[in-house]
Amino acid sequence: MLDDFFIRALVAGIGIAFVAGPLGCFVVWRRLSYFGDTLAHSALLGVTIAYSLEFNIAVSIFLISSVIALILIQLQRKTNLPSDALLGLLAHSSLAVGLVVIGFLTFIRFDIMGLLFGDILAVNKKDLFIIWFGGALILITLKIIWKPLFASTVNYELAEAEGLNPDRAKAVFTVLLAAIIAISIKLVGVLLITGMLIIPTAMARNLSDNPQKMVIFAIIGGLLSVFIGLFSSLEFNTPSGPSIIAAALVLFIFSLLKVKQTIQLKN
Amino acid sequence: MSIENNVLVKLNNVGLKQNQKWLVQGVSLQVEKGKIVTLIGPNGSGKSTTAKIALGFYKNIEGNVEKYTSNIGYVPQKISIDWTLPLRVNDLMLLTENLSDEVINESLTLTGVKHLKDKSLANLSGGEFQRVLLARAISKKPDLLVLDEPVQGVDFTGEIELYELIKELSLKLNCGILLISHDLHTVMSATDHVVCLNGHVCCCGSPSEVAKNSEYKALFGEQASQTLAIYEHKHDHVHTTDGEIKKK
Repeated sequence: MLDDFFIRALVAGIGIAFVAGPLGCFVVWRRLSYFGDTLAHSALLGVTIAYSLEFNIAVSIFLISSVIALILIQLQRKTNLPSDALLGLLAHSSLAVGLVVIGFLTFIRFDIMGLLFGDILAVNKKDLFIIWFGGALILITLKIIWKPLFASTVNYELAEAEGLNPDRAKAVFTVLLAAIIAISIKLVGVLLITGMLIIPTAMARNLSDNPQKMVIFAIIGGLLSVFIGLFSSLEFNTPSGPSIIAAALVLFIFSLLKVKQTIQLKN
Repeated sequence: MSIENNVLVKLNNVGLKQNQKWLVQGVSLQVEKGKIVTLIGPNGSGKSTTAKIALGFYKNIEGNVEKYTSNIGYVPQKISIDWTLPLRVNDLMLLTENLSDEVINESLTLTGVKHLKDKSLANLSGGEFQRVLLARAISKKPDLLVLDEPVQGVDFTGEIELYELIKELSLKLNCGILLISHDLHTVMSATDHVVCLNGHVCCCGSPSEVAKNSEYKALFGEQASQTLAIYEHKHDHVHTTDGEIKKK
């Protein structure tokens, strides 16, 4: 069954949606969408390193993204620049360096479009293993740090005062973000991973009144986006990443109708 | 001095310097089981900072903090819930501890907001929200409660009720309470020990001792020291502004 490229893409997408839902909720709650973007941009550099050193792509991306996250934390401590400027600096410089390095590696043929926007044909059986195994690890870790991470998202001082160690939870969460970027780059692409994290979550926000519901709706939204996106990618021969994100956008627009209804009810 | 094992948290001559400015300096105090210690002082006098030092927020402080419990309930001075995070009262109650429904109901009933249990936090008024925060802090039956202006925005009768509840809790749970308050009336009536701060400890002691202190009067004015008169006898002497005591 897994010999069919479409089935492989679908299985990969389902795995990613399950992980992206809960992580995406925290990205939105903690206002980290631009941070996620920065990590994703740096992933391209990870890809080039993987190719030039003949290293596993997912592992390489994971390492580079983690390093970029660490550099960011250091820069935040040591400079007076605002966070968004630092994020922009890292995002664009790492993307630029990644593309420059690709220019030098003339002996390897790169599918730049595939790297940037995902490629439905690119997912092989090994990737499936990385997505499902890595995804399970991410979810288990998130479950372990859920309480301190969630409490500190609501109020940092409360979590710290009551002994939950929010700094450790934050550091672990950063690593998890790097990890999901690493496992989903082949299907969704560098430029659109953050969309996979936040658009289904934004849709879920419109439909839920408590955090658990929001996580569940974000997962459902992600799954629907993957199904609709991949089928249309196959049908219309469009790149897989943009198709999935476009499907997520349509779902988000539908969810706005519900918001409108609630507002009307309130009046 | 009390027996050592009754002490929950003890600050020894602590101070905190940020951006070359001392926020507080030379503060010593201790909170014991079943006792209420209240910090008073003008805005910017370091009350919240002192409470946060006691909670262990700052790493580079002068002096040292001895903490003998990790079961702490905290009501911060300011808390704002982002609208991107959908949160009901019940979710907030479960924030740092897994509590049974029974315990949650009980705590919410104590602070008079059980009817709000399934409401979204975004729809609560300031006073209702404060009551929920207090319910959350007491629900885990902490050894030490740190309350930073816990009744701000609560209506007048509610304020008295909640202070009575706080006092009752200190006895019932036998927990120590570090309270920050602006309300001198209540402070003077419901506290075991008052610490008057203004960047350093101006004066401290039992409410009646503090009220007599000249530095306290210099900070809060003659009017403030009168508040105690409601609860206590008339004094046989007067304080002049320079700290002299004159017999009537």
